[in-house]
Amino acid sequence: MAHNTISIFSYEIPKLNIAKAVETAIDFFSDNFSPLTRAISDILEFFFEMLVSGLLFFNPIIIIIFITAIAWFVGNRKNGLLAFGGLILIWNLGLWEPTMETISLVLISTTIAVGIGLPIGILSAIYENVYKVVMPVLDFMQTMPAFVYLIPAIPFFGLGPVSATFSTVIFAMPPAIRLTCLGIRQLPEQLIEAADAFGSNQMQKLVKVQLPLAMPTIMAGINQTIMLSLSMVVIAAMIGAGGLGSEVWKAIQRFKPGAGFEAGLGVVIVAIILDRITQQIAKTEKTK
Amino acid sequence: MPKIEVQNLYKIFGNNPSKALKLFQEGLSKDEIMAKTKNAVGIGDISFSVNEGEILVIMGLSGSGKSTLIRCVNRLIEPTDGKVIVDGTDVLQLNKEGLRECRRTKFGMVFQNFALFPHRSVLRNVEYGLEIRKTDPEEQQKSAIKALELVGLSGWENNYPEELSGGMQQRVGLARALALDPDILLMDEAFSALDPLIRREMQDELIDLQKSLGKTILFITHDLDEALKLGDRIILLKDGRKIQEGTGEEILTQPATRYVEKFVEDVDKTKIITASSVMKKPRVVAYYTDGPRVALRKMDEEGISSLFLLNKNHELRGVVHAEDAAKAIERNEKTLDNIVVENIQTVYPDAPLQDFIAEMASISFPIAVINEQSKLLGIVVRGSLIAGLAK
Repeated sequence: MAHNTISIFSYEIPKLNIAKAVETAIDFFSDNFSPLTRAISDILEFFFEMLVSGLLFFNPIIIIIFITAIAWFVGNRKNGLLAFGGLILIWNLGLWEPTMETISLVLISTTIAVGIGLPIGILSAIYENVYKVVMPVLDFMQTMPAFVYLIPAIPFFGLGPVSATFSTVIFAMPPAIRLTCLGIRQLPEQLIEAADAFGSNQMQKLVKVQLPLAMPTIMAGINQTIMLSLSMVVIAAMIGAGGLGSEVWKAIQRFKPGAGFEAGLGVVIVAIILDRITQQIAKTEKTK
Repeated sequence: MPKIEVQNLYKIFGNNPSKALKLFQEGLSKDEIMAKTKNAVGIGDISFSVNEGEILVIMGLSGSGKSTLIRCVNRLIEPTDGKVIVDGTDVLQLNKEGLRECRRTKFGMVFQNFALFPHRSVLRNVEYGLEIRKTDPEEQQKSAIKALELVGLSGWENNYPEELSGGMQQRVGLARALALDPDILLMDEAFSALDPLIRREMQDELIDLQKSLGKTILFITHDLDEALKLGDRIILLKDGRKIQEGTGEEILTQPATRYVEKFVEDVDKTKIITASSVMKKPRVVAYYTDGPRVALRKMDEEGISSLFLLNKNHELRGVVHAEDAAKAIERNEKTLDNIVVENIQTVYPDAPLQDFIAEMASISFPIAVINEQSKLLGIVVRGSLIAGLAK
């Protein structure tokens, strides 16, 4: 009795049962929307399997050359060589398959996060009311410990890569929204006035002026989303995401620090390659 | 009918505009209203009209409400109360689509910091308004190239704004507004961000362009010299109120308040004040029938040493000096024909003082002000000129 209540003088205030409310809500959703969650789960799983088997279908050397080429042409020779060396190392460590799984998860999660985040960012840049609602929600999403998102994913989507994608999307989406919104809002007032003065409607203003000018900031947001996706995909190994994360997870459980380090190194290499490529895209966007 | 007619226009920033509006009408100042209602008066009770083909300059220091005013005309800022009638339609009554249509067809706007789109080439910047209007792409390019030609930027179509100097950027800004061929140009401190030499050059070019295009231009500036140079008429704003409206000369010679007086103090008046405002009626002239004796007597009576001579048609013929008249009497001449000095410097009434002030220092007689038919309208003597400058 006593541990469940706060005692002020002799009056006892009952504990607010937020946990119960959340659980009821999750139960309600998983009971009543299971056809929907199943459908989503099936579709995502299908894409994930396709992507992974697609990546594993080719000889690793072909994929390595392909990614190296992207890093080289988007960025410079240094980036290309870095990607090449890193991927060769991953291959050599025998981490090729989990790496491809991780990259697939990151690609799918990022695509969904950006696909949802970009429109929300645009809307909250344009409409003050949306902004007022979205911003506190984002603060909430970003400060809530990432692990917490893993739990509700399971009743919705079961253990596996789809649950991992779900929690990753929630965790990685905020910067895409925030920086899209910021990119549009921080444009010089005069340019918006000029667009208005020539009689542009909302859509013309957005497509011809706001989005192209906000693109460097939006790209920076996408870069952040990719990085967060990667970190969450690793954590999501706890709910069966597979990939490099599960190598780390296995190493923890069996106390194998060496294997854990190798898998961790793989994550770092993937992070560096993804970061360099997207940063380069953001940079060329800026100098255009 | 005037092209633009602004009637009792108000813009009050804040959440209780109606109360602030009432206090304003009771004559309270901007600061008092701010203290009482926390509302800022942008502009209050502004009325004026702009005629077709006229350049009207709105002038005031920062905080005077001039930028707010020009934005109220095309509703970049939503006015609190009043009317803005353009071609007989009240712009403030238009719905969103009507307003966009009006902006697309009637107004071209030029901004202080150019506001060019950095991600578009010069040509694409100039095409922007046409693109919004959804004109045929080929037509679009033609109009844009023509507009660039007009402002002297042919050959720069594919450059980006950041590669251009300030003056050139503003030419692009001007071309962007002109490409639409709007009736009205709104120019918000269009030349203020340019350095003085380029600014003057742009002013001259605008005047030249205006001669051939004949747009109706509303021009905002804080620079009195610019206002005097460009404006057919000038409106002076202070703290959101209109304090004087008139031609440059009217504002200089008859300032409405002490504030205007102080404002115009530093102006180089020789550029603005014209012969007509410092000339006076000649007290006496010599007629073609007068001989040297009559001429000399007229000078004696008035205590002057020279006389302007008019011919049969009352046109100015020249000037007669006292000593020449005296010599002519000795030689017993009957007419002034031998002693009249022809080819004297004359000026038209709209000539600014700076055109003839140097001349005045070198001659001993007044300057004659004539009209196109050579009729003598008045004379400028040194005393009246100095009095005019000291006003």
